[in-house]
Amino acid sequence: MNSSQHIERAQEAGKRIHHFHGGLRLKHHKKISCQDPVERPPLPDLLIVPLLQHAGDTAEPLVHVGDRVLKGQQIGQCQPCAAIHSPVSGIVEAIEDRPMSHPSGQPGPCVVIRPDGKEQWTRLAPLTDWLNASADDLIAQMQQCGLAGLGGAVFPTHAKTRDGRERKTHTLILNGVECEPYISCDEMLMREQPDKIILGARILRRALGAERVVIAIEDQMGIVQQALTGSDEFAQSENITVVKVPAIYPEGGERQLIQVLTGLEVPAGGRPSDLGLVCQNVATSAAVADAVTAGKPLIERYVTVTGNGISHPRNFKALFGTPVSHLVDCCSGYTKDVARLVVGGPMMGYPLKSDDAPVVKASNCVLALSRQDIEEPQAEMPCIRCGECARVCPATLLPQQLHLQITNDLWKDVESYGLSACIECGCCDYVCPSHIPLVDWFRFGKGELRKRARENEAAELARKRFEEREARLIRIKQERAEKMQRRKQLLKDKALQQDRIKASIQRAENKTRARAKDPGEAQDGGQSHDS
Amino acid sequence: MTRSFDVSGAPHMPPQTTVAKVMLQVLLALVPGVLAYTWFFGPGILIQIILASVFALLFEFLMLRMRGRPLKPFINDYSAVVTAVLFALCIPPLAPWWISCIAMMFAIVFAKHLYGGLGQNVFNPAMVAYVVALISFPQAMTSWLPPLALAEQSLGLVDSLSVILTGQVPLAGGWDVISQATPLDTLKTGVEAGRMLPEIRNTPLFGDFGGKGWEWIANWFAVGGIFLLYKRIISWQVPVAVIGSVVLVSLPFWLADPDSNPLPLQHVFSGAIVLAAFFIATDPVTGCVSNRGRLIFGAGVGIITLIIRRWGGYPDGVAFAVLLMNMAAPLIDRYTRPRMYGE
Repeated sequence: MNSSQHIERAQEAGKRIHHFHGGLRLKHHKKISCQDPVERPPLPDLLIVPLLQHAGDTAEPLVHVGDRVLKGQQIGQCQPCAAIHSPVSGIVEAIEDRPMSHPSGQPGPCVVIRPDGKEQWTRLAPLTDWLNASADDLIAQMQQCGLAGLGGAVFPTHAKTRDGRERKTHTLILNGVECEPYISCDEMLMREQPDKIILGARILRRALGAERVVIAIEDQMGIVQQALTGSDEFAQSENITVVKVPAIYPEGGERQLIQVLTGLEVPAGGRPSDLGLVCQNVATSAAVADAVTAGKPLIERYVTVTGNGISHPRNFKALFGTPVSHLVDCCSGYTKDVARLVVGGPMMGYPLKSDDAPVVKASNCVLALSRQDIEEPQAEMPCIRCGECARVCPATLLPQQLHLQITNDLWKDVESYGLSACIECGCCDYVCPSHIPLVDWFRFGKGELRKRARENEAAELARKRFEEREARLIRIKQERAEKMQRRKQLLKDKALQQDRIKASIQRAENKTRARAKDPGEAQDGGQSHDS
Repeated sequence: MTRSFDVSGAPHMPPQTTVAKVMLQVLLALVPGVLAYTWFFGPGILIQIILASVFALLFEFLMLRMRGRPLKPFINDYSAVVTAVLFALCIPPLAPWWISCIAMMFAIVFAKHLYGGLGQNVFNPAMVAYVVALISFPQAMTSWLPPLALAEQSLGLVDSLSVILTGQVPLAGGWDVISQATPLDTLKTGVEAGRMLPEIRNTPLFGDFGGKGWEWIANWFAVGGIFLLYKRIISWQVPVAVIGSVVLVSLPFWLADPDSNPLPLQHVFSGAIVLAAFFIATDPVTGCVSNRGRLIFGAGVGIITLIIRRWGGYPDGVAFAVLLMNMAAPLIDRYTRPRMYGE
């Protein structure tokens, strides 16, 4: 199939359900956090807003310690990342390194704000007439409002939309497939705010220049489907379809979802936009609606607080910067046997050292696990090459071989066996009878590959520089030799001329002398001199 | 109030299974076949299984000690027991005890631990053990028993034990009374002597397809194998390729000359083909990793076995075939890497 046939097939997205390789059917554990309606927790005493919330660089703070900030005021800027805004009105108490919610577990620069309780908004600038606004204006509004993918990858929305527009997107896929166990924030959002999600989808579709919207949800989300298709916004819209897909982890992964909806694979090293597709999370779509029609920057999100380590699991609409401990307190605290705190789901989430880390754009779930949930760590055994990992790998890799290659420093093989295609979903890790922490190894391997690529690049650069210098030196030497040659020639010529002059003078003198003796010959001498 | 937690990488869920559970399920799957074996050939096999297991665990213990490895996880992984049971199933039920001892030493010390222990061995330890014993002690390794139904005299548990430990048969006439060539042996010597196949098969030693008793043991091994398939301990590619290649390759020979070439199903139900298809060639450590690779590996085992049976010096060739394919496995893996997502 060539690329135009691919795009033709991609335009059929959602009309038939396909399969992806491997994956796991996991217990959902979602109902426990879906019992109560979503509420805003009371304001915490302090909000800690990290300046690093996206893929990319840390933002520059735009405020100083002691400044009064308004709710929604921009407090961090980072080109070309998304902006960061104050979630409350209050006083900036500090700008310092604090524990962050970040996979690295390292503290980073945060703006610490003490709310004044007045909840005074900054002046908002909505694009009320968005139907007539240009795509550029819509994209600029997304950047100004700090929008980023709320599914967990936090890729800046404006950048994704601009790329999608430039590469002629025909279909927008809204990802409502929350395939990790325990997490239910997207489900609750779809139940409670279907209008906003569909409005956001229409705005995104316009900004992308796309024709269709496909909203993908899991097959067990019956209520969600009713909510979405029963909403007023849905009734007024055209070319929006809601598609149920079977709940197999990691179907919520962008590449797997595209495979399920179209039967196509995103080319290795490519992006969904190669197929004319753009994926956005449903929560991002709702945030787009808020940003464009109300001018509201992204300062809060739905967060699931759940797990057997939480007394009363539920979903919150939490401001960024709210400490995790505050949310847990609002769920009546931990249970007695809480053992581990995780941001994200049990398959891909990262552990928190302490619960004073804040909620950020990427925090979809706070999961407190009890001792029974995680079990004692067991001894790691050698790989017996049983191949379960390869059977469940959604990227159709051979994890057992990659592990062997990484541990034996066979980096060329690691590359050719496609480590970079690994999505770190954790399926291989979960099924491994030898309990090898495969995903940890693969993260390490990816880092090592990047490092080696950088080193190679540096070595290549150094080699080039050396060769250029060699060439330059040879050239200079050659030039110098030529110059010397010319100079020598010049001197030789000069000497020759001098000789000639001397000879002429000699002749002239001879002539004068001769004339003095015999004036009759003088004419001949003069002629010869002229010649 | 802030609270601290231990950190550990994802996934944050208890692991689904362990190496020990995998090995135990393999042992469990062998039970029906072993019971059938006992039913047809007497209790000798049970003694051999126990003997081999004890020696295997002993050498495993010594090697772990010498290599400074933790004892508990590796003794408890049952991999040495699986090796021992598979070996015991390949030797004559009344083979002397020291065969187990020497063979298990080769399996555990040389084939397993000198290559780096569990998961690192290139060759299937049970097959290394069997081949070492077969080549070194051909007489002891070929003194097979007839099925109980055909035996003039048979031995009970205590007598069997005494034969295994002392080598003395407590019956008038000694070994000659109780031992008999295997069906495959009879077949080979018969064909070589120029006799027609239907004539050879017309002895009580043969059943419907393979040897009497043997074919039923093979059936029960297949039942255990299907259990392993169901539990996804093994993948379908290896057994299908082994049995499929045996049938497909022997079919044209049989069609061309049914008088001197056995029926394909006779090949399948004779000797160790079924045991190998489900339990030996499926050893993940020494086999191939990709599905295509497993098909090639299994087909290789089947075809080499047929070649040895037809033209080789031994009546059966499964062990040699498995070891030869073990050697080829890394190369097969290299050329059968599955297509990656998006590639």
